[in-house]
Formats: sequence, structure tokens, C-alpha cells
Amino acid sequence: MAYVAIADRDHEAHLHDPDTFITKYIWSQDHKVIAIQYGLTAIGIGLVALVLSGLMRLQLGFPDTFSFIDPNDYYQFITMHGMIMVIYLLTALFLGGFGNYLIPLMIGSRDMVFPFMNMLSFWVYLLAVLILVASFFVPGGPTGAGWTLYPPQAISPGTPGTTWGIILMLVSLAVFIIAFTMGGLNYVTTVLQARCKGMTLMRMPLSIWGIFMATILGLLAFPALLVSAIMMILDSLLGTSFFMPAMLAAGEIASYEGGSPILFQHLFWFFGHPEVYIVALPAFGIVSDLLSVHARKNIFGYRMMVWAILAIGGLSFIVWAHHMYVSGMNPYFGFFFATTTLIIAVPTAIKVYNWVLTLWRGNIHLTVPMLFAIGFIFTFVHGGLTGLFLGNVVVDLPLSDTYFVVGHFHMVMGVSPILVVFGAIYHWFPKITGRMFNETLGKWHFWLTLLGTYSIYLPMHYLGILGVPRRYYAYGTTDFIPESAMTMNTGITISALIVAVVQLIFLYNMIWSVFRGPKADPNPWKATSLEWLTPDTPPKHGNWGPDLPVVYRWAYDYSVPGAAEDYIPQNQPPDATHKTVDDHAEAVEQAPQDDGAPQA
Amino acid sequence: MAFAVVIILLVIGTVTFHFASPWWFTPIASNWGMIDTTVIITFWVTGIVFVAVNLFMAYAVVKYRHRKDVRAHYEPENSKLETWLTVITTIGVALMLAPGLFVWAKVIDAPEGAAEVEVVGQQWHWSYRYPGPDGTFGQVEHKLISRDNPFGMIAEDPAGQDDILVSSPVLHLPVNQPVKLLLRSKDVLHNFAVAEFRLKMDLVPGMVTYFWVEPTQVGEYDILCEELCGVGHHTMQGRVVVESQEDFDAWLAQQPNFASLAEQPAGDPVAGQALYAVCSACHGADGEGNQVVNAPKLAGQEWTYLERQLHNYKDGVRGTAEGDALGAQMAGMAATLPTDQAVRDVVAYIGTLPDNRPQSTVTGNADNGKRLYTTCQFCHGPQGQGYWTMNAPRLSGMSDWYMADQIVKFRDGLRGSHPRDLYGRQMAMMADLFQDEQALNDLVAYLNEL
Amino acid sequence: MSFWRNVTEKSWERPGEADELHSGVILEQPTRRMALRVFLCVVASVFFLLFVAYRIRMEYPDWRPLPLPSVLWLNTVLLVLASAVMQWTRSQVEKANPGPLRAGMVVSGLLTVGFVVGQWVAWSQLGAEGYALRSNPANAFFYLLTAVHGAHVLGGLWVWLRATLRAFRKDGAATVQGSVQLCATYWHFLLLVWLVMLYFLLTT
Repeated sequence: MAYVAIADRDHEAHLHDPDTFITKYIWSQDHKVIAIQYGLTAIGIGLVALVLSGLMRLQLGFPDTFSFIDPNDYYQFITMHGMIMVIYLLTALFLGGFGNYLIPLMIGSRDMVFPFMNMLSFWVYLLAVLILVASFFVPGGPTGAGWTLYPPQAISPGTPGTTWGIILMLVSLAVFIIAFTMGGLNYVTTVLQARCKGMTLMRMPLSIWGIFMATILGLLAFPALLVSAIMMILDSLLGTSFFMPAMLAAGEIASYEGGSPILFQHLFWFFGHPEVYIVALPAFGIVSDLLSVHARKNIFGYRMMVWAILAIGGLSFIVWAHHMYVSGMNPYFGFFFATTTLIIAVPTAIKVYNWVLTLWRGNIHLTVPMLFAIGFIFTFVHGGLTGLFLGNVVVDLPLSDTYFVVGHFHMVMGVSPILVVFGAIYHWFPKITGRMFNETLGKWHFWLTLLGTYSIYLPMHYLGILGVPRRYYAYGTTDFIPESAMTMNTGITISALIVAVVQLIFLYNMIWSVFRGPKADPNPWKATSLEWLTPDTPPKHGNWGPDLPVVYRWAYDYSVPGAAEDYIPQNQPPDATHKTVDDHAEAVEQAPQDDGAPQA
Repeated sequence: MAFAVVIILLVIGTVTFHFASPWWFTPIASNWGMIDTTVIITFWVTGIVFVAVNLFMAYAVVKYRHRKDVRAHYEPENSKLETWLTVITTIGVALMLAPGLFVWAKVIDAPEGAAEVEVVGQQWHWSYRYPGPDGTFGQVEHKLISRDNPFGMIAEDPAGQDDILVSSPVLHLPVNQPVKLLLRSKDVLHNFAVAEFRLKMDLVPGMVTYFWVEPTQVGEYDILCEELCGVGHHTMQGRVVVESQEDFDAWLAQQPNFASLAEQPAGDPVAGQALYAVCSACHGADGEGNQVVNAPKLAGQEWTYLERQLHNYKDGVRGTAEGDALGAQMAGMAATLPTDQAVRDVVAYIGTLPDNRPQSTVTGNADNGKRLYTTCQFCHGPQGQGYWTMNAPRLSGMSDWYMADQIVKFRDGLRGSHPRDLYGRQMAMMADLFQDEQALNDLVAYLNEL
Repeated sequence: MSFWRNVTEKSWERPGEADELHSGVILEQPTRRMALRVFLCVVASVFFLLFVAYRIRMEYPDWRPLPLPSVLWLNTVLLVLASAVMQWTRSQVEKANPGPLRAGMVVSGLLTVGFVVGQWVAWSQLGAEGYALRSNPANAFFYLLTAVHGAHVLGGLWVWLRATLRAFRKDGAATVQGSVQLCATYWHFLLLVWLVMLYFLLTT
């Protein structure tokens, strides 16, 4: 049966260009506009979370100085900061933002397969964000249960925001999951169904592989969060006892009986661990592409990279309880989960080796996106290696719940993905806006961010080894925490504030360049993948003009021996590069494709 | 070039920081030196990888930086190299995992004959139970927990009669004696952690968790809660005193057991009335307080709180800080109460006094005070009624000037700074919020409205 | 194992081949059916986790299951019939015969509505007998599981309603082919979930 790209089929062939401002920018069904809407919303709410972290650092760095941050506020800040950064910023930005923008362009499709649902996905996501923000303005404020929302404390008195805040948080998460599912169905189906002619799975850029696998993880893992959110809402509002044991609440015996707090933790981390990879896999994919393009070299070990993504995705579902070594669960689980956790280090390490080996014998252009990509390798190696401490059950014992954990997950899940986000924004900025950014400002942004964040998180690991606990508003008097640790905290705060302010350089650079930046070349980095080969820059609605691209090769034909240029675009037919080496010579002429009807 | 130099400097800096930083493990005070060993092994393995990968990367960036007329090498994959790297990585991982699992098997397996001690956590303090001479804990039932029975003991259970109940955040353990700590929570999740022991474990309401440890160094160590347990999480501190077997036995012999606590006669208001005659000179015949002589209102206050404060005064835990002249005065008065029974009697008498709202003496912006009270209400109650479970006294309808004075004392270290005043220390951490006079007045003005 | 062949392809070799199409070969099916299957995987994940939670909770000593109302058996029969009729309707699609198609849609839909009503009856019976939601965890789980399944059924009925209305339009029968196929898949799935759920409720 003949294949016809979805986007070429009758009912979607006539993508009418939207004409009014509203249909073009607000109720748009164009994946690129939706991507930008997702991206801007995510960055907007992310800035809120950044401010919250600044306030927390002020309290930790200068205790007893700011009376407007009391313990109630502080625990609300840590909760909202964590949840926003993980879910509403990183997940939304990588999948809703980059996923939406890159999938159709990189696989040569006109749009997502369900554009209306795609649009709906964004608006539902926006609703989730608004519900979340609303919790700042309700009586009692947002929840202060920590981003893990562990019951019983999440819904029992003694924690901030147990009346309104926690309910809004849970509802917002449920709404977010609906939005994500609508988007996720789109991403998966689009990758599977709407690739252009010639785009085999193994010709896809690794960005798509990462986003694709992350979406599958999300689709299977978010239900765990949904289920636990529903059950916790019932516990809170209707008084059921799914998670709530017999307990004291505000000096009284509460009416709950027989619930299991550990059950919640299992459900939460069954979602929570894949969530780490939901953020990491797109970052892995994107960084692979950045390294390859700017080193003018094919990604080393492409097949291994794909398999590693698949392996990490699969393994990520059987490591969750390494977050629970000291939770009081059956201690024998420790053997199993420590083993699976350390096994997952192997494919992850292979990815790191292959990135570094991609640089080896390359032709490295230290452009701004490349700086961020290499910076990512450095921070990710650091964060990944400290993960081996926490994943190994016995080593985790002294370090669990200390600043070592905070340092680790900020390196691996905060700094590293965010460096990729910046690199990716700089990399695709010329395509998205049609203009170039200011390179000097970009480099300043990179250096200050890298050095600043490293000086924040490196010392935290050592505070953790000392035993300084996390999620503490203040440390009072203890015997084992020396004054020098508090001095260090002050230093960390200063670094954190500098890093926060440095992000203004980025915002200024982006905003200035969108309007005033010099016009960009359609393919400024001389990259091979399809998104650089659109007839228009920025691409118009429908992406490809009258004809869809046809792909003849993988996405990494850089510096192919004998080729005229040091890159061969994916849509370049073989005869245009006939000067290839022997094993390329047998390339066959592309057979004409008959335009059959869509198969039933 | 500059890039590679910075990467190399970062690597050197990290390694230097590792060896030069003053922050490292606290000196170990338990048998778990093996845990430290696994951490060190992990540091070596990961450290080598960290240095090797980053230096290789920096070298590659220098050597293969962009040059005109040079093309990158074309090499899609190299199965042999990749297989080798996989094998080496697997070996490295096994090097860390194997000792880890080996030690974990020991951690979860308490030795035969380890003594058992129960640790009870609740928002936001610790208490402890020892099984007594029979070596068996009595049954507990959550529903029985009350002010008179904070451990929820089942009175009929014979095994529980000799259980020793320690209603204080200070835990005593004998040195060089393996002990299995049974962890139980009355309300939310907590985590019992002692940095010097290297171990920690969550307390989960509805179940009993455990870990075992053999303290090897005589001394005192901090117990911290390391599982977020609400707004007072950071104040949930305790102390563990590791002492010689003789000292431990002597201490244990002084602690009351369940049966003796149950037989202890209740306070007698009639006897208390006679004892109160001394107090009434300052605190007033009706316990209404008198600002002129700095005596706060007593009538209507939680009896658990009054008893504890009298004991604190008697034991030198309160009123001994340098500069606390008024406290020292009260300590002298409390010393006139000869016995624990006398303390109970006088508190019982105070419980019979009429509870009238005193005159307000502090003015401030109550709206601002309400905002400031947000954190306070978790322990002292939304109506300022106080919660016995949190050892938090009643605030509403009490002497406002006194509360303002006490917050200042807490803040300035005149109260709550004694190493044995762990509840006072909690309030001291909270009082740090009130750095200026105005905020204090606003708060008290709000309390006057409750 | 064509998926294995796909992901082991050395894609840098033999550039220029575009005639082999993409590996969508192994997943060649209409987009909406693909999307439905992915969606059902998500729903399956939801139910799987609920069942796991239920199983874990069941092991506790204080588990006191509630008696299942006998109307659940009738409901099961209704749902089996609905699914069977839906399957039959799907077979009518290819024959492009509007009469049986319409009839099949209506009958299976009504059977499903009957199921929902039956579930409601079961709830009210239990409520009348004093098995309240919050009185013990077994009750809470029973209501939660049936409610989530009910929501899943109602979602299906919404799609069914739109397809059926369209089928009754003039020449409408031809346009609902795809929807009928999707409905059939969906109905089989929700029957399957219900049977598994019933098994779990019975084995307490």
C-alpha cells in the first residue's frame, strides 16, 4: 500500500493561512506558534520560580535579616519553586516548547497530526498555570508541603496552605496532565505517522528521539501523579483514608484511619523518576545535535545513542524507589533498586563518552550554542557522577535529605537542562525569529551562568557531606554545623543572586534581537537537518511550501569525505554529491512515488 | 583556547575544593565506618571519571578547534571502542555497587541481643520509650493518646507497666552497645538523623520503622528531623547522649515508668492554695498578673506549660542566662517549691482561678500582626489557644506586655539558650523573626484581638 | 521483529534511498487509530496503577471488603453485549449498509447507558446499606475504581453520541466508518478493564 504523508492528505492539504491577528497568534493551530506560546508561558512562570529561589537564598544567606520571609513563606517558596521548575517550566518547555517546534520541522511534516488538539493542549496548560498562580492569592496561600507533596503533612494542619493551596496544586497538576496528554498523543502520533518520505526512524535527529522517548515516558508516568492527586483530593475533601493513617492533627485525634503514606510515595516516584528523564532525554537529544552541528562532525555512535535513549527510558520505570531508601519501605527493596539504578548509569555514561568523542577529531566552532552544549557536558558529568552516590543505597544513607541531594539534583536537573535550553534557544533563534542574536552578550551570559551556578552547587555537596539538612528555614544552634558553613551559605546566596541577575542579559539579548537583530541566514550554522531547509525563515504555516521534503540520508552527514561542502543536507539527492567515497557510490536513484489514497 | 583553560581550571578547582574545603564528614561516633568507606570508594571512582572525561574534553576542544581548510574526521561509530567503554564503565559501577550492597545487608540486619529503644516523633519534638526490666514494650494504641497518656499506652497491658517513658527530646544511649531504634510517629512523616551515626530513617505514622547502631564515642550529638514535617520542621531538634553503661544505668533508674506515672497523685488545689500564697504577692491573688512587678497573668494558662516552666526554673534551665535578672528572681521563687508534688499542687490551684482578660497595654497595627502571626498559629493555634501536643502555651487573653518581653528574651538569647531547654530553643528560632520593635507591637496587638 | 531491524539500521550507509519509505511501515495504520491506541495505553496506565494501589492496600490486616451488589453481574452482561454488538456493527461498516449500522450503534450505546445506570443503582444500594465512602478504605477504593471506570465509559459515550447522530444524517453512514472502528476498539478496552476490575473486587 502506498504511503502518503499525513500532511499531504486531502483534508489537510489546504492549510489556509490564518489572516487575523487572533487566528494567527492567539487561537493558532500552527505548531510553531503553539511552541512559542508554550515557551513564553513556561519561561514566564519559570521567572516566578527564579524569584522564589532568590527569596529562599536571601533567608539562608542572611538569616534573621528579612522579616518578610517567615517559615510559613519559606516552605511555600520551596514547594512552589520545585514544582514550577520541574513541571511547569522544564517539562512544558522541552516537550510543549521544543517538542512542538522541532518535531514537525525536523521530520518534514506540515504540522502536528491533530492541530486543534495541539492548540487545546496549550490553552489547558495555560489554565493549569493560572490555577497554580491563583494559589498565591487564596486564604492560607500556596501549599508548603515540599514539591513531593507527601501526605499526611500535605493535607494536615501544621503545613502551610492545607485548606486551599494543596487543592489548587493538585487540581492544577491534574489539568496539566490533561494538557500534557493532549500534546503527548500528538507528538507520539506525529513522529510515528507523519514523517516525510525517506525519513526512517534511524535518520531522525537525536533531538526527535529524545523528545519522542520523553513523551512516551510522560504518557505512561503522569497517570501515576494523576491517580495520586485524585486520591489525595478525596482524602482532603471527602475524608477518605487512601494515604492518611490514624494520626494527631492540631492536638486532636484525626478521623483518618488505615491509609498508607508510603503508597503515595511509591506512586509519586513512579511518576517522579521517569519525570527526571522526561526532562533529561530531550536535553540529551538536543545537546547531541548541537555538538554535532558545531563540531562539524557526525554524532559519534548514533545507533548506540538511540539505544541508550531507549534503554534509559525503559530502565527509568524500575528505579523509582531509590528516592525512598530511608522512607521506611521494606529494606530488601534496597538491593533491587540500588542495582537497577547503577545499571542505568551505564547507558548514561555511554552518552557522555559519545558526546566527548564527537568533539574528538572534530572541527569545533565555539559558537554560543556550542559553549552551552560543552558546558552542559561538564555540569552533567558532575551531576551524573554524584547521582552514583545517591543511587547506591548505603552511600545514600548519610547523604539523603542533606544539601548533597540539593546540589546533585540542581546540577543534573536544574543547571544541565537549563544550559541546554539556552543553547537550544540560541541555536534555533535565527530560525524561529529570522534574526541573529548578539554573540558577545551570549558569551557573557554563558560564562557568568556556568561559573555562577557551579559556585552555587559545588559547595552544597560538601555541606551535605557534613550533614547539613535540606528544607530548613534556619539552623539555630547545633554542635556539628560550624560557623564557616553559614558563611558559605552567604557566599552561595551572593552567587545565586548574580546568576539570577545575569539572566536579564539573556532576556535583553532575546528581546532586542527579535526586533533589532541583523537578518539571519536561513541556515546560519550550515546544518543538515530539515528545519534549516524550509523555503521561508521563519517558516510559514505549513512549513514547506507546495512540496514536502524528501529525505535521502541521515541527519549527520558532516564532513563526509569527498563531498564539496562539509555538510550535506538531508534532502539532498545523492547525485548532487556524487563525489562521495566508495560505499556511498552505490546510492540509488530515488524512485518516483505514486500518490495513492490514504490507506484505511 | 580560553574555553579549555577554564574547563581545566574548573577541574583543578573542584579537586582542590574537595581536599581543601573545611566541610567533611563529622567525626564518626558509631560502628558504621564501613559506610564512610563506601563513600570514599565512590569518591575515588567518580573522581577519576570526572577528571578524565573533562580533561579529555578540554584537550579535544584545544586540539580540534576550528581551523580553516581542516575538516572533521568522518566516523559514524566504532563498535570496538564503544564496547570497551561499556565494559570499563560496567566494571566501575560494579566496584561501587558490590561493597554498597554488602554493607546494606549489614545495615538492615540488627544483631541478636541488640537493646531496643522506641523513638516517638511528633510535630515538632521527640520523646522516647525504653522497654524496662522485662525487655518488652507494652502495646500502644493511637486512639488512647491524650494529655495524660502522651504515648498512647494501653493501661491494662502488663508488659507496658515497667516501660520507661521519657517526655524530653534528650535520648540516652550506652556506649559500645548495639541498639535497635524502633521509630514511630504520632502524626506526619519525620526522619530521625544523627550526622555522627551516619544513619537516618523516616518515621511513618501507622507503622514502625527501625535502624540499628552501636555508638562508639561517649559524647552528645544533635538529632535532627530530616523529612519535611511542616512549618516547624527546622526546629525539630533533639540530643542524643552517649554515655558509659554505669552513667546510663544511673540515668535510667531515675526515669519514671508507666505504672509509677499512673499512680502519681494528681495535683491537689487545696494544698496548692497554701503554696500559692508566696506567688500571689506578685502574680496577684487571682493569678491576674501585675505589670508593675513584671509578673505575668497565670490564670487560664495550660497546666503542662506551667509545670514545665516551674521545673525549668527549679532545674536551672530557665532564669540562669546572664542578664536575665527577672528570670533569676523567679528561679529563686520556684526553688521554694520543694517537690514535684508541690509543683503539681500549685498548678492545680492556678487551674481553679478565674480567667479574666487583662487590660491591653501594647498598641500596634493588628492587621500587620495578623500577617506576622501566620507562622505562630501552627503551634499556638489560630485562636491563640495553644496546643499541648506542640508544647505551645496559650497566648490569647494573657499578659500582652509579658509576651512582648519574652519574644525579645528569646531573640536575644536570655531565654531558650540553655542546652537542655530544647523547647525554648524552638521558640528562640522563631523569635528571630522579630528584629524590630514595631513588628513585635503589631503582633501583640493582634494577639489582644484573639 | 521489524522494529529491531529499524533501530539497528546503519542509516549513514547507502544514502540516497528514499524509496524504502520510513519505518512507519511497521506502524502503518490510520492516524486516529494510532492516537487512540496511544491514549488507551495512557488509560491502561491509570487503571494499572489504581489496581496496584488496591492490591497493596488489600494486604493490610484491617481490610474489610464490602459485599458486591448482585446488580454488578447484570451490568457485566450489559457491557459484554454492548461490546459484542459494537463488534458486529464494525463488521457492517465494510458492507456500507446504513440500516444495520445505525441499529448496531444505537443498541450498543443503549446497552452501555444501561451499564452506567446499573452502576449508579449499585452505588445507591450500597449507600442505602450504610457503606459510605469514608467509612473504610475498601469502600473508598470500590467507589474510586468504579467512578474512574464510569468516567471512562462516559467519555466513550460522548464519542458514540456524536458518531451516532452523524450516522443518522443523510449519507452520514459512510462518514462514520472510522468512528465506528474506534468505538469498537474503545468498547473492547473498557470491557477488558471492567472484567479485570471485577476480578480484583471479587478476590478480596
